[in-house]
Amino acid sequence: MENFNIFIRSIFIDNMIFAYFLGMCSFLAVSKNVKTAVGLGVAVTFMLVITLPINYLLQTYVLSSGALSWLGPEYADVDLSFLSLIMFIAVIASMTQLVEMAVEKYSPTLYSSLGIFLPLIAVNCAILGGSLFMQQRDFPSVWTALCAGGGWGLGWLLAIAAIAAIRERLATYSNIPKPLRGIGITFIITALMGIAFMSFLGIKI
Amino acid sequence: MADKINYKQVFFNPFSKNNPVVVQILGICSVLAVTAKLEPAMVMGMSVIAVLAFANVIISLIRNTIPTNIRIIVQLVVVAGLVVIVDQLLKAYAYDVSKQLSVFIGLIITNCILMGRLEAFAMANRPWPAFLDGVGNGIGYALILVIVGFFRELLGSGTLMGFQVVPDSWYAAGYVNNGLMILPPMALIVVACIIWVQRSLNKDLQED
Repeated sequence: MENFNIFIRSIFIDNMIFAYFLGMCSFLAVSKNVKTAVGLGVAVTFMLVITLPINYLLQTYVLSSGALSWLGPEYADVDLSFLSLIMFIAVIASMTQLVEMAVEKYSPTLYSSLGIFLPLIAVNCAILGGSLFMQQRDFPSVWTALCAGGGWGLGWLLAIAAIAAIRERLATYSNIPKPLRGIGITFIITALMGIAFMSFLGIKI
Repeated sequence: MADKINYKQVFFNPFSKNNPVVVQILGICSVLAVTAKLEPAMVMGMSVIAVLAFANVIISLIRNTIPTNIRIIVQLVVVAGLVVIVDQLLKAYAYDVSKQLSVFIGLIITNCILMGRLEAFAMANRPWPAFLDGVGNGIGYALILVIVGFFRELLGSGTLMGFQVVPDSWYAAGYVNNGLMILPPMALIVVACIIWVQRSLNKDLQED
């Protein structure tokens, strides 16, 4: 039940885009039509679900202070937490590359529809942000990390699908001042949606 | 080709015509998160200038030995190393600011400006122009951070760098700080206004 709460929380209240504004670069760049936006959203969700538990295990059994005590008593006061940034990003980058190769080999159709987005994901701040939040919040178990990862991913997917749908309509039905067209108006829409999402802050679960 | 690079253009273009934030739309996340006050915005700007300049030089030095398949990992590791140094330095000498910036110093690693410049410029150019490009883009980024931070702190808290600028007599006359400016969504709107102003001055940048 606890984990389910975290899952729901991560989708709505701690939404990566509207609450933390992470992963904005690809969010703004790839939200011109719904189909590609959903493709990228699925890829991001997938990477969050994979990397968050791995980084959680790394954090608990290798990086945090005293985590190496399973190697023997003389390692009990080793603190490697200053290495966590490098370890996390290395895991994320290598997982991205691995997933890219696996998808290319086993499912060429998925690869051709997702292909260009996969390398982009290594530098999506939402993924590294997820791992850093995980480190900050001291999750109790690897399942919590898994649920939070899934929730953040779905929240991101929801956000990018919504903004892409709005932008598709906007292109045909509205008359925006010229200098504001394209990226400018997208910023303003995102801000308004962010303000709307703030209403979720009042919910306690 | 390498001799024909116009150093002046490499350095000054990112300030306005090719600004990484408002024209290339890179590195937005940190612009939104750290600009509620002017001071963290300036510290963040300086950190990015330093990391970007050195990462560009290092990648440019080893650009011929990196295998193309794993170049993203190599770039990320170089950047991550530099970010860890900046992070530890801030913790040692500016602890308060480093607390305020929290995860966002770590997120410099995934700042798209870095990857964008490394891929687009450092992989194809010699160290000196790469250094200029790094500093130029870093300053372009810091410029936007400072502008956004200035307006958000001035309108949101009535202070600048922590000092009160809005006189007490205004408050007595009924002036109220705009609490909305402190919230992250307003950073998006301030950036949108900067884009608006810049694009109406510079017609080439407008989209259809």
